Amino acid sequence: METVWFMIVAFMLVCYVVLDGFDIGAGIVHHFVGRNEKEREVVIRAVGPVWDGNEVWLLATGGTLYFAFPALYAAGFSGFYLPLIMVLWLLIMRAAGIELRHQLDNPLWTKFWDFTFSLASILLAIFFGAALGNVIRGVPLNETGYFFEPLFTHWGTTGETGILDWFTVLAGVVSFVALAIHGAAYLAVKTEGEMNARSRKIVSYAWFALVLVTIASLVAVMNVRPQILDNYYALPVGWIIPVGVGASLVMMKLFNAKGEDKKAFIASGAYLTLMLGGAVYGLYPNVLPALDPQYSLTVHNAKAGAYGLSVGLIWWSIGIVIAIGYFTFLFRTFKGKISIDDAGH
Amino acid sequence: MEANTLDRIQFAFTITYHYLFPQLTMGLAPLIVIFKTMAIWKKDDRWNQTARFWGKIFGISFLFGVVTGIPMEFQFGTNWAAFSKFAGGVIGQTLAMEGMFAFFLESSFIGLFLFGEKRLGQTLHWLSAVLLAVGTWLSGWFIIATNAWMQRPVGYEYAADGSVHLTSFWSLVFNEWTIYQYMHNMGGAVVTGSFAVAALGAFYVLSKKQIEYGKMFLKAGVIAGCISSIWMLFPSGDLQGRMVAKYQPVTLAAMEGLFETKEGAPLVLIGQPDMEKKRLDNAIHIPNALSFITYQRWDAEVKGLDQFPEDQHPTNIPLLYYSFHIMVGLGTIFIALMVISAIWLWRGWLFDANWLLWMLMLSFPFPFIANTVGWMVAELGRQPWLVYGLMRTEHGHSPMVSGGNVLFTLLGFAGMYTVLSLLYIFLMLRRIEHGADELGAIK
Repeated sequence: METVWFMIVAFMLVCYVVLDGFDIGAGIVHHFVGRNEKEREVVIRAVGPVWDGNEVWLLATGGTLYFAFPALYAAGFSGFYLPLIMVLWLLIMRAAGIELRHQLDNPLWTKFWDFTFSLASILLAIFFGAALGNVIRGVPLNETGYFFEPLFTHWGTTGETGILDWFTVLAGVVSFVALAIHGAAYLAVKTEGEMNARSRKIVSYAWFALVLVTIASLVAVMNVRPQILDNYYALPVGWIIPVGVGASLVMMKLFNAKGEDKKAFIASGAYLTLMLGGAVYGLYPNVLPALDPQYSLTVHNAKAGAYGLSVGLIWWSIGIVIAIGYFTFLFRTFKGKISIDDAGH
Repeated sequence: MEANTLDRIQFAFTITYHYLFPQLTMGLAPLIVIFKTMAIWKKDDRWNQTARFWGKIFGISFLFGVVTGIPMEFQFGTNWAAFSKFAGGVIGQTLAMEGMFAFFLESSFIGLFLFGEKRLGQTLHWLSAVLLAVGTWLSGWFIIATNAWMQRPVGYEYAADGSVHLTSFWSLVFNEWTIYQYMHNMGGAVVTGSFAVAALGAFYVLSKKQIEYGKMFLKAGVIAGCISSIWMLFPSGDLQGRMVAKYQPVTLAAMEGLFETKEGAPLVLIGQPDMEKKRLDNAIHIPNALSFITYQRWDAEVKGLDQFPEDQHPTNIPLLYYSFHIMVGLGTIFIALMVISAIWLWRGWLFDANWLLWMLMLSFPFPFIANTVGWMVAELGRQPWLVYGLMRTEHGHSPMVSGGNVLFTLLGFAGMYTVLSLLYIFLMLRRIEHGADELGAIK
């Protein structure tokens, strides 16, 4: 049962990253795709009706994690205290950037919120990547089942680690580049003319950076946490994941070059899914590995009671079907390209 | 300061601030549904304009509610890790369900409601208003169910590691406490929403701008405000009070400032608790009334604080006592104001009764205060427990997060929320001013 919930949480996390990833990505490339106020309004309108729903996946994932693995929620959230609270502040700033921009017709006001939206998106992308980096590297959990990490210490991956070290910063960079591409690919789907051309260009150039940092990160993982390969050796079908990562990268480039924006966007979503999937596959049964392995939190020692998990499966299944229904309806209602001379919403 | 104290201050500050917004949105949501319904039923576009105008106010408030709400869920883990580890197996259920059933619904339909009117057409737009309202009220249910479990834990058992596991889903979701607290809380939200609508109506009528719309706002606000204000006393307040008497008798004694057990206990209207001498100074009270409202017998015995060991007493009795009395005092004034306004409306005098319009206009902040102190009664009344009878508040915080780190984030929140407040006030004033110019022509 706990394995089922492990997969459910992983699934929801992937949904969050793929969905909110494109609006965070749109924030990263905001000033590059939108060169003037009107164009940036198009970017905002492309994410306006959907970002809130996308972000709910973060809350729903958090809630599900809380209920299925309370000990993990407690240890992880208190251990990552400072960066998590900063993530909250960034989420507040980003939401304000998107929603308050159009409240006032004043160029300074608009510029300010454009900047806020973009800056918060950039920092969030890096923070989320670094968070994942921490989970892969392992954290200094002790016998009490808790840990606390300062933001940075000596930038190394052993001993008294900080949230940021060379490895987690690299993970942050991967996330930054990947989400920038994901956002640009989304904007290519939603825009036309010059904005569309610019979005495609970002995907095509940033792609090289993505290939580079992807390889670098894979090499780094082998060094920092070689145990991540254990599951792959034990159950070799998992090797399909890294192959898939490669394939999605190739597809991304090909579809982008052919101008098939939707397919390039899907390939970018597949890349994010597989990168996360690969990490999750290697982590299991750990949910939060400790630097000292005996204190690692696993699906077995972090789970909630059996009855709660079974009853949860019933309402969760109902809930997810309904949620997917909403999303289908929402995205269909707001589908199609956004034209620059469209007045109002 | 110790980490635990700072954790408490941060949670109290962020939750108090957060709840200023949901009480308004949960109160406005059903009113907007009524506006949309009137528009379709009466085929009167002015009601559609009204719905759009309040929809915009709803939209901004909803945004502020969302962004200040995310920190609440996070803080269970960041600041209250020991509590989360202990109780997450139970209250994680309701919090996760809020995400799955309420947040997805709200977040999808807020976009459709605010930006989709043209694409959806009137019927579907009406439906999205309804679903949005359902979402906000469902969200309320899950949060109240979570809080109710902390007030009156049910449906759990201890596991080997000392944490609690859920044993009964339905007793968690339909905890007796949840039902009455929900009735009372949602009524409070409608009070806030209807006072806001009535106050703005009064403002437009008094400033002779958009008088036509001002009268519509007043009509809707006064009717809803009258019903909801009475609802807060009876039945919901009465029932909620009985829950406290039944499950937290020591809290009841502290709320009422009843230091000694009494047969035929009086109901205190005003007075200052003196914790040194254990008595109320300058008390003005109604004899025997407390006995009657609690047990429906004039001479019934009501247990005072002397009946309970001191380590079970709420930790801040004077603040609890004042919160309760401010809530009840304001609630009484709301009923008086709204009943008079309703009679004046019915007789057709309201729109010319400037004195009454002034009072309605100036009344809008008070429901926010009443809702806030109401929650203070619930939360201070639960002390010294985090989970009533199971976990004391000083044992719930994150053991490895130091006071210095919490102070850093507390100050950060204070700064951030100051900026948010300024923005919110600025945007509201602009909306109101815009409304004065363009109501009737909102696209």
